[in-house]
Amino acid sequence: MSKMIITVLGKDTVGIIAKVCTYLADNQMNIEDISQTIVQGYFNMMMIVDISKSEVKVGQMAEDLQKIGEALGVKIRCQSEEIFTSMHRI
Amino acid sequence: MITSFEVLETNKMIEQEMLDVRTITMGISLLDCCDSDLDRLNEKIYEKIVASAKDLVQTGDEIGKEFGIPIVNKRISVTPIALVGGCCCKTPEDFVTIAKTLDRAAKEVGVNFIGGYSALVSKGMTVAERNLILSIPQALAETDRVCSSVNVGSTKTGIDMDAVKLMGEVVVKAAELTKDRDSIGCAKLVVFCNAPDDNPFMAGAFHGVTEGDRVINVGVSGPGVVKTALEQVRGADFETLCETIKRTAFKVTRVGQLVAREASKRLDVPFGIVDLSLAPTPAIGDSVADILEEIGLESVGAPGTTAALALLNDQVKKGGVMASSYVGGLSGAFIPVSEDQGMINAVNRGALTIEKLEAMTCVCSVGLDMIAIPGDTPASTISGIIADEAAIGMINQKTTAVRLIPVCGKGVGEIVEFGGLLGYAPIMPVNKYSCEAFVNRGGRIPAPIHSFKN
Repeated sequence: MSKMIITVLGKDTVGIIAKVCTYLADNQMNIEDISQTIVQGYFNMMMIVDISKSEVKVGQMAEDLQKIGEALGVKIRCQSEEIFTSMHRI
Repeated sequence: MITSFEVLETNKMIEQEMLDVRTITMGISLLDCCDSDLDRLNEKIYEKIVASAKDLVQTGDEIGKEFGIPIVNKRISVTPIALVGGCCCKTPEDFVTIAKTLDRAAKEVGVNFIGGYSALVSKGMTVAERNLILSIPQALAETDRVCSSVNVGSTKTGIDMDAVKLMGEVVVKAAELTKDRDSIGCAKLVVFCNAPDDNPFMAGAFHGVTEGDRVINVGVSGPGVVKTALEQVRGADFETLCETIKRTAFKVTRVGQLVAREASKRLDVPFGIVDLSLAPTPAIGDSVADILEEIGLESVGAPGTTAALALLNDQVKKGGVMASSYVGGLSGAFIPVSEDQGMINAVNRGALTIEKLEAMTCVCSVGLDMIAIPGDTPASTISGIIADEAAIGMINQKTTAVRLIPVCGKGVGEIVEFGGLLGYAPIMPVNKYSCEAFVNRGGRIPAPIHSFKN
């Protein structure tokens, strides 16, 4: 289990991606894919992140990112990729 | 690669439609704890449960955090205690000491329910099984987390009417002993016909004797997800309706399968089954009744309800079996009253009666569940209702169950509050005519003709 999906939802504000990316870089997590849209001022981002080189535990990572989101006033979720592949891929 | 549309769909299910994994239940065999000394037996039971399940709650929470999906309950089921305690429990009071041990072990490992204070008496009762059944009211009154179930019949064996009669009396006694708490003892007691060995859902979970030493069973839920999916196909024909339910059930079950595999790996306990049930909670939007109404009923209980439920139950199974190689337990749609806001509303508006619920149990996955009835209902009437349900199960080769709560001191129209997942319920009227002479006959109802398949 080395890939995580990070989603950010909320009102657009300066520095959302910067804050998230800084955290990932500080913890040796590599971004493999990133997509982002802004619809009517609402920020919607999804990242696929490889964390195989990181020493941070998955649960801890989810908690840290959630806190970063709270500080920015957006909702950040970080989930193992498996829940999505299980549900949407046969 | 996963698309953002798929990610959003999953997260919408979790956040807005209350998709969750309802329970990770660890089944633990206690057969190796048997001892001729009661104190030693209790000691062994406590040690085995605590050693087996000490990491269950923490592991469940970790998995929930990693996948971003709530895992609501972590629970334990054990070998039917009538078998485990048979050689040293000489009185009902002896059995109560085991109930207290189970309660203590459950509290130690942090699970919210432990099931298996049970007896399987579908053909007859041993002395030990009778004693366990007699001890149930006291056991439920003096413990907090112990759940009890009794299997009184099966398609293969027929119905043990002596046990049915006894269970009517036990239900009344359990209500009396917990009357200061709205007879909540009865909410933890299920009477089954064709009880499955691997059901992860309470209050009827026990670890069957056909199971291995330990096993992980997972129960998924998601009525809200099905309801929302059906909103998109309003007015479409039955093919579209069925296809939508099936696809949704598939997705929901896949999550259960993933969690079950992961829990099994981390706890180093074999994976048993995924139970793909639609299990409602009192929360708004988490209701099976809402699905039936979305299918096209003005209210649950209206003509068409049984057909709609039959269709729902079947499509849930069809979607689910594709998603997991091992499907078991109850698998289908639960129709409890107190745990489903839509059902409560239907009762309050006079649309839903016990008789209609009984018809619905012919096609749902379980039976008459969490129904509050007047406290002065005679034991023989409760036995009669149990016999009716058991007959439906026996003849239709399906699991049926009865979990009725005769609420002491309360009558029709009053409300009873159980709290938490158990919810609240308006007390429903029961047919006033007696079946005492029927129940008092004694003996067994023979197995039906279509059970002879050898």
